[in-house]
Amino acid sequence: MLKSLTQHRLSGLALLAIIILLVPAFLNNPFQYDMATLVLIYATTVVGLNLLVGYAGQISLGHAGFFGMGAYFSAVMTSRFDWSPVPTLILGAALVGLVAYIVGRPILRLKGYYLGMATLAMGFIIYITLNNEGWLTGGPDGMPVPGLSIFGWELSTFNTYSFLGMEISGSLAWYWLMGVMLILGVWIAQNLIDSPIGRALRSVHGSEVAASVVGVDTPKFKNLVFVVSAIYASLMGSLYAHFQGFITPESAGFMESIIFVTMVVLGGMGSTLGVIFGAALLTLLPQLLADFHDYEMMMFGLILMLTMIFMPKGLLPTTQAFIRKKLHKKAEDKA
Amino acid sequence: MSALIEVKGLDKAFGGVHAIEGLSFSVEAGQIYSVIGPNGAGKTTLFNLITGLYTPTAGEIKLNGENIVNIPPNKLAERGMCRTFQQMQICMNMTALENVMLGRHLQLKSNFLTTLLRLPSLLKDEADCRDHAIELMKFVGCGDYIETEASAMSYGALKRLEIARALAAEPKVVLLDEPAAGLNSVETAELEELLKKIAAQGITVVLVEHDMKMVMGISDHILVINYGRKLAEGTPEEIRNNPDVIAAYLGG
Repeated sequence: MLKSLTQHRLSGLALLAIIILLVPAFLNNPFQYDMATLVLIYATTVVGLNLLVGYAGQISLGHAGFFGMGAYFSAVMTSRFDWSPVPTLILGAALVGLVAYIVGRPILRLKGYYLGMATLAMGFIIYITLNNEGWLTGGPDGMPVPGLSIFGWELSTFNTYSFLGMEISGSLAWYWLMGVMLILGVWIAQNLIDSPIGRALRSVHGSEVAASVVGVDTPKFKNLVFVVSAIYASLMGSLYAHFQGFITPESAGFMESIIFVTMVVLGGMGSTLGVIFGAALLTLLPQLLADFHDYEMMMFGLILMLTMIFMPKGLLPTTQAFIRKKLHKKAEDKA
Repeated sequence: MSALIEVKGLDKAFGGVHAIEGLSFSVEAGQIYSVIGPNGAGKTTLFNLITGLYTPTAGEIKLNGENIVNIPPNKLAERGMCRTFQQMQICMNMTALENVMLGRHLQLKSNFLTTLLRLPSLLKDEADCRDHAIELMKFVGCGDYIETEASAMSYGALKRLEIARALAAEPKVVLLDEPAAGLNSVETAELEELLKKIAAQGITVVLVEHDMKMVMGISDHILVINYGRKLAEGTPEEIRNNPDVIAAYLGG
């Protein structure tokens, strides 16, 4: 019974939902809620990136570019043109998806380092554009973003709301919203993976030649997953912008891209729960070690290197394998 | 019978090296057709040309009377051609069963929306695909490995798994590149039986193989190439008695 439960395809999703429900019990102040919300935003982003990196085996070192594009599209349209936030972020995601499709077509023919370089360059182009077009984006100083209004509600971390007779702070409301987004994001990612499309994606990773001779249109699938992961990033970028209330081009920068990839690699490429764990760790760690802020990038580099050397499968899959081995040994000892 | 695969004046040069030169032959539907020749004769290059992984320098290749030069491999699979590789191409990040299910990629009708929402039509399609793949694994003798990770399987089992994957696409013709390489005599005998069973289902089998005993035993027709050119062609009996072949390859 327990075995069939743990092996069900949605058991991970259920576990995740329970964790998201329980976490607020341990949070004491708005700052902690905001940190948790940030974890959820980054987690959803890397769940999307993991489809590309972990499952299809294609690297993107410019993913923050898509995150930034979504963020700035929402910021500019809602603040300068008074567009409604929700339609704006959906339209933004569609546009970013289109950009990813157009850019992906030529660059996804590249492999390995070359694809890394091409995506890196793409990220830089977006970053530099956001920096230079100051008349629209506010340049390096960044720009303020209005709160997220949903059906006439202005969702802001400074407000409080009453919901079914309960008082809910704005921070908590944001936490719940992003919790739902993460669950949705994981559910969709899981559906995509457990399907013929997911199998085709993994085969591109396993053996691109084998995939093509059984009829998989590999360029199409690589491009599809690139677009899907870009849409994840764009949506989360838009929500991040509304959540923070202020954005700078740094959210589209190279460092941000590297952090996204590190979250995937550290948590476990091809493990959806793993990358969420990676996102949580890398979002919270800098807060815990705020005194070492100057060495933050060095630390990320070190984490990436150590992960690649000692647990190439990532933190969560390695731990799972370790526990499984222990349990197996225990069962053997009994028998 | 009409020719299923027709090759005319095929040429492939890598820089100054002519791997295939002026090669013409045709494969009749329903045959077991073997291509033999010494190492470096151009057998694998020929397979890569036919299956669209290489583009010929000159010449034409027809499948069912239609020109297939410059058509990518995945489109050739749609036209009923599938293959295995000398250097096996197995997705080691999947289970054995998933590898075979991948072979049915073209038979699945699901689209992006049914996938994202995991609609019942997708689930039914997947269940059918799974049943079919399991059947094929049993057919090739991999029935014990269904839930095994591909990376945990033995060499001989992977060889058969690759054949199952090729068959899963429901091809009219399969091209097998040295399926017996690295197999022991028992495994080779099993493979021979398997190839006969595949041919009996009406699937044309084109074979590159070094195991002469097997080639002579199961082939309907044999093509011998050397230095990229045709050396001889005919029934096993004719090849066995051809003086050129004996001198170049079989050893006299």
